[in-house]
Amino acid sequence: MTNKTNNDCKSKNLATTKTMDITKYIELVFTDYTLRTITLGTAILGAVTGMLGSFAVLRKQSLLGDAISHAALPGIAIAFLITGAKDSNTLLIGALISGLIGTFWIRGIVTKTHLKSDTALGLILSLFFGFGMLLLTFIQKQPNANQAGLDKYLFGQAATLVESDVWLMAIITGICLIVMLTFWKEFKILLFDADYTKTLGFNTKFIDILITTFIVLAIVLGLQTVGVVLMSAMLLAPAAAARQWTNSLSVMVVLAALFGAFSGVFGTAISASQDNLSTGPVIVLVAGVFVVFSFIFSPNRGLLFKQIRFIKNRRDLELHKTLAFMHHIAETHEDISHPHAVKLLNNFQGYTRSTLQKLVDKNYVQLHGNMWSLTKTGFEVASNLYTKQSTEDE
Amino acid sequence: MSNAQLEIQLIASLVAVACAIPGTFLVLRKMAMISDAISHSILPGIVIGFFITQDLNSPILILLAALTGIITVVLVEYIQKTGLVKEDTAIGLVFPALFSIGVILIAKNANDVHLDVDAVLLGELAFAPFDRLLIGGTDVGPKSLWVIGTILLVTIALLILFFKELKLSTFDKGLAASLGFSPAIIHYGLMSVSSITTVGAFDAVGAILVVALMIAPAAAAYLLTTDLKKMLALAITFGVFSAILGYWVAHWLDASIAGSITTVLGFVFLLVYLFAPSKGIIAVMYREKQQRTEVSLLTFLLHLKNHDEIEERHVNHLNEHINWQKVRSKTVLELALKNNMIHIENNIVSLTKKGNNFTSKAINYIITNEDTQIEDMKDDFFLFRG
Repeated sequence: MTNKTNNDCKSKNLATTKTMDITKYIELVFTDYTLRTITLGTAILGAVTGMLGSFAVLRKQSLLGDAISHAALPGIAIAFLITGAKDSNTLLIGALISGLIGTFWIRGIVTKTHLKSDTALGLILSLFFGFGMLLLTFIQKQPNANQAGLDKYLFGQAATLVESDVWLMAIITGICLIVMLTFWKEFKILLFDADYTKTLGFNTKFIDILITTFIVLAIVLGLQTVGVVLMSAMLLAPAAAARQWTNSLSVMVVLAALFGAFSGVFGTAISASQDNLSTGPVIVLVAGVFVVFSFIFSPNRGLLFKQIRFIKNRRDLELHKTLAFMHHIAETHEDISHPHAVKLLNNFQGYTRSTLQKLVDKNYVQLHGNMWSLTKTGFEVASNLYTKQSTEDE
Repeated sequence: MSNAQLEIQLIASLVAVACAIPGTFLVLRKMAMISDAISHSILPGIVIGFFITQDLNSPILILLAALTGIITVVLVEYIQKTGLVKEDTAIGLVFPALFSIGVILIAKNANDVHLDVDAVLLGELAFAPFDRLLIGGTDVGPKSLWVIGTILLVTIALLILFFKELKLSTFDKGLAASLGFSPAIIHYGLMSVSSITTVGAFDAVGAILVVALMIAPAAAAYLLTTDLKKMLALAITFGVFSAILGYWVAHWLDASIAGSITTVLGFVFLLVYLFAPSKGIIAVMYREKQQRTEVSLLTFLLHLKNHDEIEERHVNHLNEHINWQKVRSKTVLELALKNNMIHIENNIVSLTKKGNNFTSKAINYIITNEDTQIEDMKDDFFLFRG
């Protein structure tokens, strides 16, 4: 099936899917060739970029993806200029080579000169992209009628995915998986302690180049689907979301792959059920929703639970302060349970009605009308409050 | 050269200057990627501004879009402050999301918006002279020229007014803050100028070229000098040179002007990167080679000092014992001879008085590791030079 008929197919689908409900859509995903191809393609792409993106994020190379995807553009143009064909595999090889050149130039700039990595990334990104644009506009002026459609690599067109593209993605993802499992230990140790890895006798340069090459490969794969500009988000967003849920590398990689795949599937679904919605940006936004959700709701690092913990800690502290203050007063009396006026507590900061009630609930304090008195347990707890390292939660 | 051509070159040069000034500070403050983020995330601002004004050159649109740029910076800083991800990840998350929103806005309103994502990213300088500004019916020049000219004037005025503050806060944030210059104001001021410049320039040259014009000239200049004023001047020179040469390359190839200006910038940077006198890649590699030889020499001298036995000091022994290649040992030996550190008799090497003296000093330095020792060594030996 050529790209053109494929597109027609898609637009026909769009018209029919406009007012469709979810079950029908799911049915369509399994029966309709185009939709199935695109959904599969974006899902696989999301999975592989999420997987490799985890490494990019942890290696603090988040923006490398952005630079590489831009740097791939001249490769695509040159591959087309040399072969004159629009075969996506040849173009991807061109993209891969120029992406790799970009990556190693960035590394050269950072290690050999005093320019910082952000400058190097921005330089390579903009210079390669500009050069690519020069070549693209140059190609457009050539009397070769075959050149239309090269600019789909700029913003990506998931609709142009055909089965062979999906196969290519699946195969490369498979290779990625095998290599990752084989070198898992090496990848992991290099990630967290590069110097130690070196002293253990691993060839760090080789492992480093291996990871980087696969990251470049994943980026190049995604160019056709989400395009040069948005590719970096595909790499980062699933990984950044996954990072919030776990501290284990393997769990993170699996989660990132899942998030990526789901972003792909949902993004495709949303864009297919609406008119005039390009797939790439929608996938990126869906991935963005995953990120925001993870930032807020993840149990350990999430902003929401962090705030709740913060408030709870403050309450506990106030409770302790009240108890300590009471203890301070009770100490001066022979009978520790001698009643005192609640008013006494008024000019003390940590005191509120609810904290007092809480202390009563815990049987530390007894209330008689406007008077309070410390119980025996309360007195003991209070006297040990700051002397022993109590870990149990009060 | 026609009038339109002259105007295009003038616009390109003005954009180059307007970009080089904030660019220099972005590079020095290690915030170069922020300019990339801004250049992408202004898209939704431009689209919304375009809904309201229907004119790409209207000042309201420029302000709205610049505001989106500042929102990007604020968002990035907020995410970074939560500590959930690193700064670079925060940048990488924010701008594609905003850019996506822009693309979707354009796609959903394709009928009302005569705006192309390509045009925003790449710009079309060749059309700039056709959009004229008319005041009272008289033609006073292309609109973009006025827009970018105004932005440039404001930038230069701000630069001259706040040069001292900018310089100080760039190189020593702590000192600047303790002297009472608010780092936040300077930071957001710089971000605002960058945003406005990006927006003002994107129409003419496109968002990507703006990034190239900001970073590349400044980076090339930074390899050549460490003086801020010289760096600014060099960056401006590189920018303007590339703009004009790039125009003629595009003219000759019949291709995108923005693309060819970037390409020329790329070549300028490549040349500087390779051949810069002390920080270029060739100079660095030469220096590293030199230092390797000098370290070898030092090892060799220490070896001689430690061994009085004749067999340990035989010329051929060097190869076996210290495990050097033939060429390497020859270079080291020659270097030592040339500096009068050693003399050779019947293939037996021994230290001269000067060599002996020097070696003791070197050992002393290595043991104590005190910087004061190195000061006088710098004079009598090249090893510790630079």
